[in-house]
Amino acid sequence: MERLDRALGEFRQMEELAVSDSPIHRLHPLAKFLTTVLYILIVVSYPKYALRAMPVMALFPILLYQIARIPLSLCFYRLRYILPLVCAVGLFNPFFDRTPAFQVGALTVTGGMISFLTLLCKGVLCLTASFLLVATTRFDALCAALRKLHVPSLLTNLLLLTYRYITVLMEEASAMTTAYHLRAPGQKGIHISAWGSFLGQLLLRSMDRAEDLFRAMQLRGWHGHFHYVDLPSFTARDAAYVCGGAALLALVRLVDIAGLVGSLLVR
Amino acid sequence: MHMADALLAPAVAATMYVCSGTAAGASVVKLRKDEATEKLPMMAVGAALVFAGQMINYTIPGTGSSGHLCGGMMLSALLGPQAGFLSMIIVLTIQCLFFADGGLLALGANIWNMAFYGCFVGYYLIWRPIMKSRLFSGMGERGAVRARIILASILGCVITLQLGAFSVVLETQLSGITELPFGAFVALMQPIHLAIGLIEGLITSAVLLFVYEARPERLMDVTPAAGEKHRFSLGTTVAILAVIAALVGGGLSLLASSHPDGLEWALFGNAEEGYAANMALDEEDFGVRSGAADAAANIQDHTAFLPDYALKGSDSPIGTTVSGLVGSLIVAGAAAGICLLGGFFRRRRR
Repeated sequence: MERLDRALGEFRQMEELAVSDSPIHRLHPLAKFLTTVLYILIVVSYPKYALRAMPVMALFPILLYQIARIPLSLCFYRLRYILPLVCAVGLFNPFFDRTPAFQVGALTVTGGMISFLTLLCKGVLCLTASFLLVATTRFDALCAALRKLHVPSLLTNLLLLTYRYITVLMEEASAMTTAYHLRAPGQKGIHISAWGSFLGQLLLRSMDRAEDLFRAMQLRGWHGHFHYVDLPSFTARDAAYVCGGAALLALVRLVDIAGLVGSLLVR
Repeated sequence: MHMADALLAPAVAATMYVCSGTAAGASVVKLRKDEATEKLPMMAVGAALVFAGQMINYTIPGTGSSGHLCGGMMLSALLGPQAGFLSMIIVLTIQCLFFADGGLLALGANIWNMAFYGCFVGYYLIWRPIMKSRLFSGMGERGAVRARIILASILGCVITLQLGAFSVVLETQLSGITELPFGAFVALMQPIHLAIGLIEGLITSAVLLFVYEARPERLMDVTPAAGEKHRFSLGTTVAILAVIAALVGGGLSLLASSHPDGLEWALFGNAEEGYAANMALDEEDFGVRSGAADAAANIQDHTAFLPDYALKGSDSPIGTTVSGLVGSLIVAGAAAGICLLGGFFRRRRR
């Protein structure tokens, strides 16, 4: 099925991006994780009319994408998931908030329009930040970093195992849907008569297999712990990245850069 | 129903993280106590399956559209609420990290809205009472269980989805993101999710029925141990369902009534105040005065090419000064420039 295959493609694309090499890729996963969270926090902490701060905040991901050599356009495709709800929530702002902000010719720009645009920008910026984190960090390294942050090992183990199983199961489901559609041409989805058996078959089969797998793992001496990827030590470079990033973000948050740049030209 | 980062104020996001984190911590503790590492592979497979299963389109008879699977309800029926909850957390985390469905900051809220209600409310208040009740016992042993599975799945999906959708509305409103009145937002979200819940419930019940036919021991609470005494009576079940229905229905009709102003005012104050309070911010003070700004004022006398130029109403509290506008345009231009340059160098490097 188209949707499954596309998701598989996206998965593999992320994996390929994560194993390439750049100064950002070489940073400690923990450093990247912390700065990403801080960046998102700062972005959403802006007031709802702070449209002018958004281009300044956009500079961070844009620069980092260039350093990491990842085309920015890659992450925009993912916007399709979050934009609908953001739009549904923000779309009404222009209708309800009619406080005039300023006028351009005959068009009165209202507070609602500004807050809607700000909301959209925030959505896009947060997405670029978390995309960059995953696109430059191997997943096992990310799990190891989470473990360092004292996330329970049960959860990180589960995360790693699920991550391994997902591609297998998606391939299986994709093959099954292809087979189904070849036998039922011209049908859009799964017919109601097969609703239960379709996923149920896959479910029972994979659960049985998982149990066998688990017994095999136990026989080989697995006792509930994974050995994570060898994390490089947290070097001065990583510390500098976190501190520098935090300082820059704080500066941008506290000082109205766009206003300053503008005031150089306009009085 | 995945919330994006932009829809949440940091304070709300943090609160939701604490709520979901507590539930996750309690689940981990419970599973450790039960020595449930045995369940780990099953949980991983369950999570992966929900992930794959949500991408399969099920044709809804009579319509052109398609529905998807309700993960929380299915996982807690198969694995139990704690294990199901942790599996759903993993599903949501991977969706957030790899598909940008949701966001890092909003993950706590998403876990609460989709996993917590689906697993804990869905299991303890709906699945278990119904499966252990004597409902439909006139239909023979198998028929009764089948009917209970269908009822529990549909009811579970509908109610947990309604709760989730209501939480989305509440979280967004508390974050001061939307200007949409509370009542209108609720009236927009709930009916949509009622329809979605019905369809998800049907699909979930179909899958669970199949599992029941093929491997009944896989389902929770379906084959209770012989001699178990404390069964829920029909009366308890009906009472619980009635309470839930009254709470949900009463709450919704109250909120969605045509005059929600009273409640809205009580909950949020007016939009501006609520917002500033939530964010702990003073909007008037956006952009702090600094020495740098004063120094820049001296330089600007020489550089300003648009002196004494102002737009009408530019001193409004919204804070859109002309300089801000021009400044952000310039920064945006610089950002676009960096993009173009980066692309240029990337191509050359190849």
